[in-house]
Order: sequence, then C-alpha cells, then structure tokens
Amino acid sequence: MLNKLKPAFWDHEDAAAGHYRRLFDFRSLWFQAVALTTFVVLLPLIFITIAEYTVTRKAAEDEILLRTSRFVSNTRRTVAFFLEERRFALEFIVRDNRYDAVSDPERLAVILDNLKRGLGGFSDLGVIDASGRQQTYVGPHNLEGKDYSGQDWFREVMEKGYYISDVFMGYRQTPHLVIAVRHNLPGDRFYVLRASVDLERFKRLLSQLEILGGGSAIIINREGILQTPCDQCGKSALEKVPFSVPEFAPHTRVLEESVAGETLVIGYAYLIDTPFILVAIKDKEALMQPWYHTRRQIIGFLGLSVFFILAVVVGMATYLVNNIYMADRRRVMALHEVEYSNKMASIGRMAAGVAHEINNPLQIIYEKAGLIKDFFTFKPEYKDDPRLLELVGSILTSVERCGAITKRVLSFARHQESALEPVRIKRILGDVLGFVDKEAAYRSITVTLDVDDDIPDFLSDRGKLQQIFLNLTNNAFSFIMEGGALTVKAERKNKRWVAVSFADTGPGIPAKNLERVFEPFFTTRSTKGGTGLGLSITYHLVQELGGKIKAESELGKGSTFIVTLPLDPGKKEA
Amino acid sequence: MKVLLVDDEKELAATLAERLSFRQIDADWATSGQEALKMAEDARYDLAVLDVKMPRMSGITLMKRLRERQPDMKFIFMTGHGSEEDFKTGSADASHYLVKPVKLEALVEKMKLALNP
Repeated sequence: MLNKLKPAFWDHEDAAAGHYRRLFDFRSLWFQAVALTTFVVLLPLIFITIAEYTVTRKAAEDEILLRTSRFVSNTRRTVAFFLEERRFALEFIVRDNRYDAVSDPERLAVILDNLKRGLGGFSDLGVIDASGRQQTYVGPHNLEGKDYSGQDWFREVMEKGYYISDVFMGYRQTPHLVIAVRHNLPGDRFYVLRASVDLERFKRLLSQLEILGGGSAIIINREGILQTPCDQCGKSALEKVPFSVPEFAPHTRVLEESVAGETLVIGYAYLIDTPFILVAIKDKEALMQPWYHTRRQIIGFLGLSVFFILAVVVGMATYLVNNIYMADRRRVMALHEVEYSNKMASIGRMAAGVAHEINNPLQIIYEKAGLIKDFFTFKPEYKDDPRLLELVGSILTSVERCGAITKRVLSFARHQESALEPVRIKRILGDVLGFVDKEAAYRSITVTLDVDDDIPDFLSDRGKLQQIFLNLTNNAFSFIMEGGALTVKAERKNKRWVAVSFADTGPGIPAKNLERVFEPFFTTRSTKGGTGLGLSITYHLVQELGGKIKAESELGKGSTFIVTLPLDPGKKEA
Repeated sequence: MKVLLVDDEKELAATLAERLSFRQIDADWATSGQEALKMAEDARYDLAVLDVKMPRMSGITLMKRLRERQPDMKFIFMTGHGSEEDFKTGSADASHYLVKPVKLEALVEKMKLALNP
C-alpha cells in the first residue's frame, strides 16, 4: 500500500552522479521543500492563532470580571437599600411617636404589625431606656425587662445613633440581625428602638438576584462568618467561608482565588456603615465555558487548516520533485543517447575508413587476378589448364565476398546523417541480417526473413531503420541459444502501417519485466556487458520515426518485438 | 571507344587498362589529375573512369576540368569510399557511380550504357 504511494524518485540512487550525488538526492530535496514550505506557511498561521487565542481569552476573562463587578455593585445597592430602608423606618417611628406612645405595648404591637405589613422582614420590636433596660417588647419572645446596658451594641448605638448587628442566633435560635436607633428626648434623656430583622427576607432578597453563569451572592461579616447560607460553598449561615476575607476597599472589587482546586472569581463590596461584605462567588470554569467552546473551534480550525496545508504542501512537493526527477531522468537519458550515438558514429567512421582503405588493395587484387584470368581466357597457351582457372576463380570469389562486406559497412556509414528518403524494407532487413550471417552459422541459429511483397517503398530514415533492426537483431542474438531461431517478418498491416517483427526462441521475458524492457538502464545482462540502453534507444528511434514498438513474450518459448512503422511519416507528424 | 582511366593506384589503373584492351576497348591511364589533364590535351576521349579520392586533385574536380576541355566526355566514378557527399555528387553529375571492388564485367556494361543511354 505504502509502496504504491511512494513516488518514483524516493528510492532513486544515481551511482553515476558520483561527486555531484548531493545534487541528485531527490528525497532530501523533497524533505527540504516540505520543511521550508510548511515552516513558512504554518508559522504565521500558528502565530495568528496563538495571538487570537490570547486575545479572546483575555477578553473573556475581562468580560467575566466586568460582569461580576457590575453585579456586585448592583447587588450592594439593593442590599444597602434594604438595610437603610429598615433603619429609616425605625427613625421615622421614633420621630413620629412620642416616647409614651412607643413604650405602650399595645401601640408598639400596632407599629410592629404595620411594619410587617408595610415593609416586611421585621420579627420583633423593643424599646430600651437610657439605662439599657428593655421597657417594652412586642414579638415572639418574652424579653421585657432585659438589661442590655453592658452589651457592645448598646454602647455603639449610644455613640453613633444607630446600630446594625451581625447575624446571630440569639435567644430565638434562628439566625437574625438587629437594627437599633437612638432617639434623644428633652434633657439629656434618650431611648433606643430595637428591631430584629428576619434573615429569611434577607436570603430571599439575594436569591432573587440571578447570577449569570451560576454562582451565588452571599453576605459575610468582616470576620468571614457567613451571614446568609452559601450554596456554592455548601455551607449554611454562621459558618466560616472557605476563602480568606478580602481586604477593605471603598469600591467594588473582583479577584480570583483558588479554593480546593477550583478557581473562584470573587467579587466583593464592603457595605458602608454595616458589618457586612457582599460577596459574589462564581466558578471560573463554568464562566469560561463559552470561551472554551470558542477555543475548541479555534483549535479545530487550526488542526483542519494544518492538515489541509500539509496535504497540499506534501502533494505539491511530491509533484514538483517528481517532475524534476523525471526531467533529470530524461536529461540523463538524452546524454546517454548522445554518447551512444557518438560512439556509434565513431565506430561507423572507423569502419568506413577501414573499408575504404581495404577496398583499394582489394580492387588491385581483383584486377590482377582478373588479368590472370583474362590471360587464361584469351591466350590459348594457358587456356587448357582448368586447375589454374579454378584457382583464379576462387581468388576472385573471395575478393567479391570481401567486397560485399566492405560495401555493407560503407552503406551503413553513408546513412548516418538523418534524412527521409524512399526505403525498401526488404533490402534494409537483408543488409542488417547479413551482418549476423557468420555468427548465425557458427551458432547454428536459423535466421528466416519473410517480407510480404505488397509492401511499397516508403519514406523513412534509412540510418535509423538500420539501427533499429540491428539493435533488435543483436538483442535477439544475445538471448538465442545454440540451435535456436530468429524469424524476421515484415507485413503490411493496412494502408498506413507496416509491421516488422523479430521473433526469437530465447528464454522469454518474465511478465513483470516485460513492461520495463524499454526503460533506460534496465538490463538483465549487466554482468554480461549489457548497458540496458539498446532497447531504450531503439524505442526512441522508433518514436522518432513516428512508429510504435511493443514486446510480447512467453517464458520458455521466446520473445517477439514488433515495430510498427507509418508508410507516410508526414501524416503522423502533422 | 576511347577511354581514360584515372586512379592514384598505378597498379590498378595499368591492370584495368590492360584488361579492357583484351575486350577491344582502347584505354589510356593516368595516376593523377594533372597527368590526366595533360593527356586530355593531346587526345580525345569518349569516356573517363575516375577515382573519387585522389591526392591533390579529387575526381570531382578533375571531372569539371575535363568537361571544360571536352564537353561531350562521359564520366564513371569508382570509389573505395561510400560517403554521402561522394554519393550525391557522383550520382548527380556522372553517368555511373561504382563502389570498389568493381567487377570488370559490370564496369564494361556501365561504360556501354554511358555511351549509348
């Protein structure tokens, strides 16, 4: 699976590159391209995402602080108003009623009833004289005559004129608080009106204030004792809060505190002139939920982007490097082809030179022997010796054979420049096969040439055709065993094509190699001197002529190479 | 028929001339272009058989010079080389172009063809 995805250049090793091997290391080229592009593309993306992450987090946190702060401010106003309202109610009562009226239990009971109905939250009322003794009391307990003179609150109310107590249990064993006001009478006399305020009412007030994102609003005193129950921290009134008491500040403040592994956002405000601190507690995690959602989206988006970018980068790098690789292969191929054809040209020139040099002495031998023969033929004194004539005849035959060889070499050399000219396929095939006549005879290989008569002369490049046929013949000969056969057949396929097939009785080509035989440097004869270029060059030559070549093979039976050539090359190129 | 044979190989030219004389063809021979031109001043030839590659003056040049002197003269080239250039010139301007070694019978036949096309 992975092997299929692997691009062609991956396992490439160019042994020939030698000193410049580094330049042809396509795998590291690919890595460099991928790394560099990924770095350049991902860096800004990641940078922006981190910035975005930080900014939105900061904004979310600021929003939480702001909301908490606003909530605490509003709640403080409500709570302060609640307490002041009750204090002012008491102030109103003492100013509106004369001392003998408020100290009358019946009248006081009416006042308490009015307070309960009009404002609510009051549970008892008492009138205490300057000596600290409770003169009159209306309420659920019997507290008449109780002496408060030694108590702190009494001293405070004497000094400040009013007093608001912490929440305490008192005689009633229910949490409540006390509000007291002093009223001066003519002379240095005064009395104190004292009322208990139900905590229920207080609690209801706070619980009515909904807090966005959960959390709760509570009231504590300055020692950190809960004045109202705290659902958030699971404690009831008069227990100590689980966090430290925030320091005094004249305005609302918000801070974060870690309690039992949870981060709490604590907003608080000191209620001036009371012992109370209003506190809003929120679970930071819960408040951050919307932002966590955004964060998930950002990270998801980042992940998706990175994935797509990587996919595109890897795809592009693979495509480009593969193209470079292919171009390089073509370059190497072209170089080798040039090298090869140069070599062939040199060999051709050399052979032609040799043939030329041999031809002259050959002609002399021929003429001299011819002259001897002429003597025998034309002069009667020699005419009657048939043996001599036979000897001369054999010299002449040998010279003719040599001449045939040199002529063939020269004909090859003559057609090395490429040009289209009318060619007769039978003659070219005959010439080519003539080169292997002797080898075929030595190795008992039967060479059969079978050319259809209806193949016309057609325009082609004689030199290239010779080269193609010679390559295929040599290739076949290198695989045919002694006693085998090479059958060369040329037939007209239709009006436009002629097919030339070279069928050998060699060992055949395995199917997996069959599609690779035309690849450059593919050889199974590397140890026997095969360059792996012959068939590849043949393939290119056939293409240059506008033809096609294919290989068919059956293991053990032999291989057939079929070259299909256009009868009119002009049509093909147009 | 009077024939001029020119080949830088003296042995070849001489032997060829002798063999032709057996066949009732009057052949003179020369081993260089200069020699051949001199001979062409003294006598008239119907046909010249020239080697293409010769030192100093090539067969092709020689053909042009001979043609200036005797415009009716026919030419046959004989060469040991088979280069494209030789082939083109040879087959374009001369009656025949033969690659060595040449069979005498073939040469005689071509000579007759050249004179009576």
